[in-house]
Amino acid sequence: MPPEPKRLARERFRVLAEEQLPRLFAIARRLVGDEAEDAVQDTLLKAYRGFDHLEHSAAAPAWITSILVNVCRDRGRARARAPQQVSIDAMEEFSLFRKIADEDPFPYSDSLHLDFLEQFGSEDVRAVLARLPDLYRIPLVLVYVDGFATKEVARMLETPLGTVLARLHRGRKLFERELWEYAEQAGLLRESVR
Amino acid sequence: MISCAEAVEQLWEYLDGALIEQDRAAIEEHLSFCRRCCGEVEFADELRVFLAREASEEIPDEVRARLITTLDGLGTV
Repeated sequence: MPPEPKRLARERFRVLAEEQLPRLFAIARRLVGDEAEDAVQDTLLKAYRGFDHLEHSAAAPAWITSILVNVCRDRGRARARAPQQVSIDAMEEFSLFRKIADEDPFPYSDSLHLDFLEQFGSEDVRAVLARLPDLYRIPLVLVYVDGFATKEVARMLETPLGTVLARLHRGRKLFERELWEYAEQAGLLRESVR
Repeated sequence: MISCAEAVEQLWEYLDGALIEQDRAAIEEHLSFCRRCCGEVEFADELRVFLAREASEEIPDEVRARLITTLDGLGTV
């Protein structure tokens, strides 16, 4: 088959990429916060250069997301100053459900746990996710925010499935703990501010 | 019979459908008599919805416009 004319390939890429922009931006916001636009720009340039390698357009969402994730990881590595591994021992015992029940932040509420979650706006959730090391934030965002299957995430990250599952487990625990700590620090647990 | 701690440790995996049949059955047996863990599983489900809900944020128009400009410029230089 003769190679696709450059103009047609460019047009095909443009349509495909434009369709993915909202999703890419939403993921990037959760992975690199304020650098999201720059990360998506870098992703578009890299994806265009590698567009010849995409065999099926059905694979485009996962393909372009994996490029974005790598761009975000590179940016995360550039920012990271401390080791990113977190000891599981320190948080394995943590249960946000029990913490809320025990601390009873809204003593007059009939739906304590839901009321706790209602305190958080989009910016708060992004801020909480930003507190997680990339190692845990990336699989958490891809699986629970963007809906990718764990097997797809393992392929994207070029990481064994068992490792992805273990990082998801830690990521969920960390997310619960950070939600509580953020709520305490941001004053979301005071009845008077509700 | 599994303990509450063992059940809680696997609740998200249970909700994700990521457990093998034997572990799933053990969790369900535990949930059949443990009210507290039923609360835990409901809350874990709420947390999953809570995380997914935040995905619906829209891309700002000006950001979209700048990214489209990038797309328009691809391959033209």
